[in-house]
Amino acid sequence: MPKVTYIEFNGQEHTVEVEKGLSIMEGAVQNNVPGIDADCGGSCACATCHVYVDEDWKDKLPEQSDAEKDMLDFAFETKANSRLSCQIFLEDETLNGIVVRLPEKQG
Amino acid sequence: MIKTDALIIGAGPVGLFAVFELGILGLNAHVVDNLDKAGGQCIELYPDKPIYDIPAVPECTGESLTKNLLKQIEPFKTSFHFNQRVNSVIKNKDHWIVETSDNIKFETPNVIIAGGVGSFEPRKPPIQGIEKFESKNLFYSVKNKNNFANQNVCIFGGGDSALDWAVELSKIAKKIYLVHRRDDFRAAQHTVDQMKEIAKTGKIEILTNFQPKNFLGTDVIEKVVIENNDKTIKEINVDSVLAFFGLKMELGPILNWGLNLDKKTIVVNTENFETNEKGIFAIGDICTYPGKLKLILCGFHEAALAAQECFRRARPDEKYVFRFTTSSSDIHKRLGVK
Ligand SMILES: Cc1cc2nc3c(=O)[nH]c(=O)nc-3n(C[C@H](O)[C@H](O)[C@H](O)COP(=O)(O)OP(=O)(O)OC[C@H]3O[C@@H](n4cnc5c(N)ncnc54)[C@H](O)[C@@H]3O)c2cc1C
Ligand code: FES
Repeated sequence: MPKVTYIEFNGQEHTVEVEKGLSIMEGAVQNNVPGIDADCGGSCACATCHVYVDEDWKDKLPEQSDAEKDMLDFAFETKANSRLSCQIFLEDETLNGIVVRLPEKQG
Repeated sequence: MIKTDALIIGAGPVGLFAVFELGILGLNAHVVDNLDKAGGQCIELYPDKPIYDIPAVPECTGESLTKNLLKQIEPFKTSFHFNQRVNSVIKNKDHWIVETSDNIKFETPNVIIAGGVGSFEPRKPPIQGIEKFESKNLFYSVKNKNNFANQNVCIFGGGDSALDWAVELSKIAKKIYLVHRRDDFRAAQHTVDQMKEIAKTGKIEILTNFQPKNFLGTDVIEKVVIENNDKTIKEINVDSVLAFFGLKMELGPILNWGLNLDKKTIVVNTENFETNEKGIFAIGDICTYPGKLKLILCGFHEAALAAQECFRRARPDEKYVFRFTTSSSDIHKRLGVK
């Protein structure tokens, strides 16, 4: 199972195994990682699953859809490496070991 | 003080259907929602998107579902109280006193919380201490556009609200600064074109790839500090600021009503969806129980069962009898069926 490391704003790290086919958001919610609210349940409609993806991983990620770009307008303090974690799925081992940092708050 | 058989918090699909289930039992209800219209997530988050799993409705949209639910409850002439939040629910013997942010008070034996993921509230700019500017010269909506006449107005956002108001206010304001975090706008293309056309005259200055950094001023905002993606800073002198960062859902006051919670949901029994407080029910996305699914259809079922218990509490002297809508003349009367 692909591993994902979530780093909270306060520096607290959580490395968890996430079932293939789930999103990075779902991996956090299922493993009780705090800091991802996911109010809309993953339908790209709330921007409360905002994460910063570590530079090394940026190129391995799937392209951002227009819907994700639009929704990111609503996220709190976006940066160039901002993504909505409900839109990044762990389909195979490509993203095994990925590190995402959580913003200070979700909106 | 308004007396009612049931007070429903939330005009989302589940709150609306609760009106129906109460109505056919002969109970009246008042509905409070913080949005300016009915429909909850369906109308606010996905009015145009398709829904395929409403029983016997192969396909509808968030908007059409809402319209049809409103049509279904038309016979009951329900009173809606929009643009206000329910702030407090306080026990008074075996009744509840409910108060909204507009100071409307209700007395009722039944409070049905159909609050979804929380009440929709404006998302605020990520700057500390801006509360003191709110409703002075920092706004999240426009109530009276004439207040902006001859002003330097800074508008944040890239969606329809931001651009519609940029275009509209440019007719009466001194100057509009439109600040957005990227070059693309979500707003309708013709509004984008219109805004860019006006920008040529200098009435609107478009500042893309900028984000708010600080609002300066003692009593009111005098200066807005924005930061470009390459970290360059720009300062704008303003008379007022409009921030359109959309809405977010906030559980807010519901947390303080003494109800048993599990994360951000309210624990209920599955017999009648009552909470740990007699006469307070939770249905739809906001409730939780073993096996709960956040689906509209599950909320409808929860509404039907909660309504039965509401009847017993509102009409303690009457006997509850189960009836089909097909054959009950009482229900036909309530629905205005001839
Ligand atoms: C993009 C998207 C697609 C979806 N697709 C489907 C689908 O295909 N099928 C399906 O079954 N479900 C779907 N859902 C989920 C569905 O929309 C929700 O289950 C449903 O909206 C829940 O209804 P509700 O009435 O419980 O709450 P909501 O729709 O969330 O409405 C709650 C209302 O309560 C108000 N409120 C809350 N607290 C207060 C307060 N204190 N004072 C005043 N007002 C308050 C809020 O402002 C809000 O309007 C989808 C959701 C999203 C975001
Ligand atoms: S969970 Fe709502 S946008 Fe990702």
